[in-house]
Amino acid sequence: MHQEYTVVEGDFVNAGTASSSVKKTLKQLGVNPQIIKRVVVALYEAEVNAIAHAYGGKVLVDIEADKINMVVADKGPGIPDIALAMQEGYSTARPEVRDMGFGAGMGLPNMQKNVDKLNVTSEVGVGTTVEMEVNFV
Amino acid sequence: MFYHALEIDDGKCIGCSRCMKICPTEAIRIRNGKATIMEDRCIDCGKCHAACPADSIYIKQDDFEKVHEFPHSVALVPAVFLGQFPDDIRVSRIYAALKDLGFRHVFEVESAVDVYVDVKHRYARENQDKEPLISSFCPAIVRLIQIKYPSLVDNIIPVKAPLDISAMYVLKTLTEQRQVPREEIGLFYVTPCAAKIAAVKAPVGEKRSIIDGVINMDSLYNKVYRKIKEQGKGYSYQALSTPQLSADAILSTLTNGERRICLAKRSYAIDGIENVMDFLDKLENDEVEGVEFLELRACDQSCAGALLSSENRFLCGERMYARARKAAERERNGEVARAREMEAYKDFLVENASVEPVQPRSMLTLDKDLAKAYQKLEKINKLKSYLPQVDCGMCGAPTCESFATDVVCKQMGMTRCIFYQRHLERLNDITRQECLAAMNSVWGNDPIGDANPPEVK
Repeated sequence: MHQEYTVVEGDFVNAGTASSSVKKTLKQLGVNPQIIKRVVVALYEAEVNAIAHAYGGKVLVDIEADKINMVVADKGPGIPDIALAMQEGYSTARPEVRDMGFGAGMGLPNMQKNVDKLNVTSEVGVGTTVEMEVNFV
Repeated sequence: MFYHALEIDDGKCIGCSRCMKICPTEAIRIRNGKATIMEDRCIDCGKCHAACPADSIYIKQDDFEKVHEFPHSVALVPAVFLGQFPDDIRVSRIYAALKDLGFRHVFEVESAVDVYVDVKHRYARENQDKEPLISSFCPAIVRLIQIKYPSLVDNIIPVKAPLDISAMYVLKTLTEQRQVPREEIGLFYVTPCAAKIAAVKAPVGEKRSIIDGVINMDSLYNKVYRKIKEQGKGYSYQALSTPQLSADAILSTLTNGERRICLAKRSYAIDGIENVMDFLDKLENDEVEGVEFLELRACDQSCAGALLSSENRFLCGERMYARARKAAERERNGEVARAREMEAYKDFLVENASVEPVQPRSMLTLDKDLAKAYQKLEKINKLKSYLPQVDCGMCGAPTCESFATDVVCKQMGMTRCIFYQRHLERLNDITRQECLAAMNSVWGNDPIGDANPPEVK
């Protein structure tokens, strides 16, 4: 099952559109509530990242009977040092974004904590792609 | 099967579908011109009852005559009951009328609020890892979380409602202090809503309730009010001891009633089922952080706005506030010691006030088997692309999506959708008779009657 969503830069109002829709699908499938929670938290985190740090992007979700694959690909500044960005508390968020309660430097670490597989690729000046996978059993 | 208290009277139902469209859990369908409730989805919130123009949705209650079967019949009344009566009727008069109606004892259930709060606080101290803790006070909310927000069931505080604690207390005092045999005691709960009935008949986290019968608050209000009017102004009645609830107890069933005395640093009190669902959606996504306690109530203005409250919710609420202000003043002046009544049995009550953790029973899950659920969802998504997404309700389901789900999970025909019918007609794939039969299965054989339709130019 394939789902696609567009993320618009600075559109915090619609942060969570993809994760809410995915949540509903997983509930219909009867996936364990704690696993659903992990998926939703990780995807929401990735959505907010694309809204806060980049110039928008796309969310591609593929659900199979035993796992979910999520790709959040943004056009943006990219991440020069991915290892550094994976550390808790490290953030490059602009002050106005932090004022909105985002940018605590927990984004990538939080995703890592909640998914079974995380792959971050990035090119400075082009964009970042976050690929996540969660198994249902 | 899950017990629910709301029923539809087929004789009265006009099949208008207002209930179907308002139901927050999409638990109603129209079949053969009548509304039907899906038992596993209904949470007894009563939205349908309020929306019905034909008064066809009713709440099952026990026969009032049952009250006379017990030498010691006890009316367990909620504080909102007194809030129903006009200001010029004295509480002692209401109590006298209850006695004349056949109750030997009258007891306000909120007398147990102090114990209830105590148990909640103990639980909260030991279970900070389960924050935000959600009050189990409103049974419609507990059921809502079970079926729609299964990931949040562990956040519900597993404690008995003040009603059950009061019932235990009354039973204890009558059997131990006054040596009344259990079989002579009939505990009757006067309920302000349908969800409380369901909670008594099929309690969540308990095997069975000790309540012997349930009486609807609106019907008892009528009985009491009529009695008082019959007896007239000069009637001399026997004074019963009238209740001495604390201000906290009186306010506990109103919005903010639990929140104002909770110990949490950050808490919310949310009333109205749509507001609650909005909030739980966010909470489930981890979008709200640092919340320690949630008071969630299905009805607007909480129990003052309950289904069986015949008084306006704001008038009822203000009467309760007025009563609470008086109680608070008496407490301040030291005129009454705060209800110490239950002190003697407090340890026993606290010990027995816990219930088993609440279990999820998701209504959304399409199949127990994940692979089968996946196949069904794929079919539903495919069907959805054939449906107009206007949610007209002509198929007898509230939305195109719920119709697609019904088609796949209950093997119903797609021809109930009028848009799909037109599509088949164009392809010459369906006869007029088949179209009519499909419509009749939803709306009954002759929804507009025998009259010849007027000619419209």
